[in-house]
Amino acid sequence: MPLKEYMGLSQINGPLIFIENVGNVGYNEVVEVTFRQETRIGQVVQISDKFAVVQVFQGTEGLNVNETKVKFLGKTLQVKVSEEILGRTFNGIGEPIDGGVDIINGVYQDINGFPINPASRMYPRNFIQTGISAIDGLMTLIRGQKLPIFSGNGLPHNRLAVQITKQAKIKGEESGNFAIVFAAMGIKHDDARFMLSNFEESGAIKNVVTFLNLADDPTIERIATPRVALTAAEYLAFEKGMHVLVILTDMTNYCEALRELSTSRGEVPSRKGYPGYLYSDLASMYERAGMIRNKRGSVTQIPILSMPNDDITHPIPDLTGYITEGQIVLSRELQRKGVYPPIGILPSLSRLMKDGIGEGYTRADHPHVSSQLFAAYSRVQEVRALASIIGEEELTNIDRRYLKFGDAFEREFLSQGYDEDRSIEETLDLGWKLLGNLPPSELTRVSEEELKKYYKEIGEN
Amino acid sequence: MVNGPVVKAKEMTGVMMHEVVKVGKLKLTGEVIVLEGDTATIQVYEETSGLKPNEPVEGTGKLLSVMLGPGLIGSVFDGIQRPLEVLRSKSGDFLQRGISAEPLDFEKQWDVEILVNEGDEVKEGQIVAKVNETSAVEHRIMVPPNISGKATKVQKSGKYTIDTVLMIVESKDEKHEVKLYQNWPVRVSRPYKERLAPSEPLITGQRVIDTFFPISKGGAAAIPGGFGTGKTVTQHQLAKWADADIILYIGCGERGNEMTEVLEEFPKLMDPRSGKPLMERTILIANTSNMPVSAREASIYTGVTIAEYFRDMGYNVALMADSTSRWAEALREISGRLEEMPAEEGFPPYLSSRIAEFYERAGRVRILGSEDQNGSISIIGAVSPPGGDFSEPVTTHTKRFVRCFWALDKSLANARHYPSISWLDSYSEYTTELVDWFEQNVDPNFSKLSKRAMSLLSEDNNLQQIIKLVGEDVLPDDQKLIVRVANILKVGYLQQSAFSDVDAFCDMHKQHEMLRIILMYYDRANSLISKGVAISEVLEEKIVNTLMRMKETVSNDKLEYFKQIEQTIRSFFDSLDEKYEKVKEA
Ligand SMILES: Nc1ncnc2c1ncn2[C@@H]1O[C@H](COP(=O)(O)OP(=O)(O)OP(=O)(O)O)[C@@H](O)[C@H]1O
Ligand SMILES: [Mg+2]
Repeated sequence: MPLKEYMGLSQINGPLIFIENVGNVGYNEVVEVTFRQETRIGQVVQISDKFAVVQVFQGTEGLNVNETKVKFLGKTLQVKVSEEILGRTFNGIGEPIDGGVDIINGVYQDINGFPINPASRMYPRNFIQTGISAIDGLMTLIRGQKLPIFSGNGLPHNRLAVQITKQAKIKGEESGNFAIVFAAMGIKHDDARFMLSNFEESGAIKNVVTFLNLADDPTIERIATPRVALTAAEYLAFEKGMHVLVILTDMTNYCEALRELSTSRGEVPSRKGYPGYLYSDLASMYERAGMIRNKRGSVTQIPILSMPNDDITHPIPDLTGYITEGQIVLSRELQRKGVYPPIGILPSLSRLMKDGIGEGYTRADHPHVSSQLFAAYSRVQEVRALASIIGEEELTNIDRRYLKFGDAFEREFLSQGYDEDRSIEETLDLGWKLLGNLPPSELTRVSEEELKKYYKEIGEN
Repeated sequence: MVNGPVVKAKEMTGVMMHEVVKVGKLKLTGEVIVLEGDTATIQVYEETSGLKPNEPVEGTGKLLSVMLGPGLIGSVFDGIQRPLEVLRSKSGDFLQRGISAEPLDFEKQWDVEILVNEGDEVKEGQIVAKVNETSAVEHRIMVPPNISGKATKVQKSGKYTIDTVLMIVESKDEKHEVKLYQNWPVRVSRPYKERLAPSEPLITGQRVIDTFFPISKGGAAAIPGGFGTGKTVTQHQLAKWADADIILYIGCGERGNEMTEVLEEFPKLMDPRSGKPLMERTILIANTSNMPVSAREASIYTGVTIAEYFRDMGYNVALMADSTSRWAEALREISGRLEEMPAEEGFPPYLSSRIAEFYERAGRVRILGSEDQNGSISIIGAVSPPGGDFSEPVTTHTKRFVRCFWALDKSLANARHYPSISWLDSYSEYTTELVDWFEQNVDPNFSKLSKRAMSLLSEDNNLQQIIKLVGEDVLPDDQKLIVRVANILKVGYLQQSAFSDVDAFCDMHKQHEMLRIILMYYDRANSLISKGVAISEVLEEKIVNTLMRMKETVSNDKLEYFKQIEQTIRSFFDSLDEKYEKVKEA
């Protein structure tokens, strides 16, 4: 079929261009937009028999109405994937930008992928040890899970993501079959460099594929970036049997690009101007994590997003939380106290941990200790609130012991070094040690046998 | 015109409203949702990428329907009843487009027992044959609604496929084939004789629900809550343990892994009552968040229609929809693409009537095919309010049409108090209607105990306000005791881990025993305190611990152990009483 080429546009509006009198063009089809030798990529977002609306990924800046040439390519947006992509760097729509050769062998795949048939999924159960006590002990990461980091400006989410990727391991397995797909949407050059140089440094991780759309790159391109990255990840996982960890950062920038696009399409906005389909749109990416029956590989996602004004009810963290299997929430208060990693454990959660911990996975007492630590730390918050009103001296004896526990917990359990890699046993033992600050009568979530085996009361003084 | 899942087609004269159509060269499945002149607006149930203007659209002459017959149980369907296991074998692990498959297996031979004789007069809804579909469910083959007459050409009992004509029902002017299956349009509710008042609870085995906010069989309940507060876990708990005959679980715009969890877990779990694997009474509809939104819109209707079919056999069906908010959002998205005038927060003005129609399909009814048999559908819908704010449209409209409201509380969830159903914000309007049932089937005092426990909890709530300001120490001992007993109720009674082997399901008699013993403890302790005994004496660590842990230490089949606990507590107080008497005498 001959490609269809048109000269001239009827309208330009934000990232959208309108072309009249086009025929035989498909919905979501890719378009090449050429203006004075320079070619951009676009996608059909609406068609009728009279006109087509195209969103231009690099934006419409500098285009004019009569000199712009539009070529419809008769296919949806695709990216070429093969094992050759390992170690390479691409722009936000999957074109190499590291000066290396083009990807020669490989297959083109639609960046939107296809939904995994729910009947084909395999329930994720393999515990990934991150070496970080707060995560392993209290919000365990599971292979095939999507577990985002909810952060804010100035909080160390990048450092935490780096530490997780460096230390992540599955018990009793070498790490050879492991790859990282890193997708940057609108983040600063410095942040990207920090993360990339760290990935490269750590010997364990040679297999990094990078997709970069940095802060000064075209905004609309960001719509494609996570999809391109996930297409690469799915290929490596489900065609090549690798275990792929995907880091998507910063999803907030992605959502803002989507909002911009939606506004210029004149769509009815939902909360805070974001489109009503933001949930489905995010889900179409987050749900690409998982494992498949009878296939070796897996896609694990750690999306990072910054919460505007640290507000967890803002649509971006809110809708993300409704899709992902838990969340790791960073706390400014802990950051101020000098706790690294400043993981606010009460709002954090891993929903898949229940089936990946305990006997046969981590250690039999794990579910109970973690539940006990949560309960105790939650009580600490109440006691602190009370102490700030009536003063510590007025507290009951038990309450004072909770305060002591809380401080020790933040100092010893939550805090750890950038390179400190704790085993799950160390983490659990540490948890028990700290519970020693509390009398046994307070420890209702652990069993009597566990108390006998692990608990040692720290005397009052 | 193509705009996401919405397509407009010209020259469609003759096509019906809600007719199923095949769109484009790929033959994507769609449904006509608006007719204007010869232009039909179609919502397409598959991804429309690549679809071009002027591609052909074919009518099928059929309304969007479900196929009802043996083979439903244990299946997983998408929102328009395509069997996902079959799609998997046809197109692999990822859902491709344009693939269709019959919902039920046409090859499988079923052992059919025919219940009528040649020449019998049969009526609509009458059960004329039966099939043991699974070891837990007898599938009753009914004469479809609106058909009555004389049964002719009646087959003998034997092995048949679902397409076999079992008999022909002849009325004056018409002949109808009765097969093992029938079709029914999803947007039309199936008829019944009359609606009945609620009379019996749907026992869920979840203490906070059964004891304090019970739902009746045929009732409607909503579970609203922000992300991660426990909607899905609660729905799964109900799907596992509720005393219904059939479970319909609709995963509507939620996670794929949650469906997998059910598929992997249910075949291994046994129904505590029948002893049969739970999968043998369960039907799953999985239209996950990454599957097309228009099929998400349809999934709710597909689900209730299947539920009604089993209700019509005289069964108690429980339907869970997780999450109705995603369904409402699908309505909103399609409405937006149709450029309809939006009402609140972009939702279409008919949101509230759609929600009402859905919940009204719940109910306990006298079934069509019999004079004295009843069936019921209980609907439990999850609601996912943006930002966890219950004042948004889907929550507020839902509240108008359900009589049970199980409000999930973020702060309880953060404190890992599960299930995080707030005992202060939740309500059930069925409570009074169910008092008799609990009195007759559990204990004459059960409702009284439940009321007393609730009033302790609400007094505790008032006291907590004071404690927050000045600490617990300043409270007089009788109030301190309330706070302590409320804590026992919260930790030892309301909290119930879905993942505990012993406690995930709590039998009604166990609920009663636990409640009775905790309140007995309160009464004895309170009477001592009113006589001036120090509170530290009654808050003996071992005793309090026993009360907190009895949910885990006593299993449903060892209720006699409660007698021992009761005895321990009684003797503890007896000796305290004695000691105090002595002190007083001295
Ligand atoms: N009854 C319970 N027992 C133990 N844990 C529970 C219980 N209810 C909820 N949880 C915990 O809370 C987590 C979140 O629950 P769930 O997945 O049901 O939330 P949700 O309300 O459905 O959230 P979303 O709207 O994002 O789907 C679970 O993974 C589990 O860890
Ligand atoms: Mg859920």
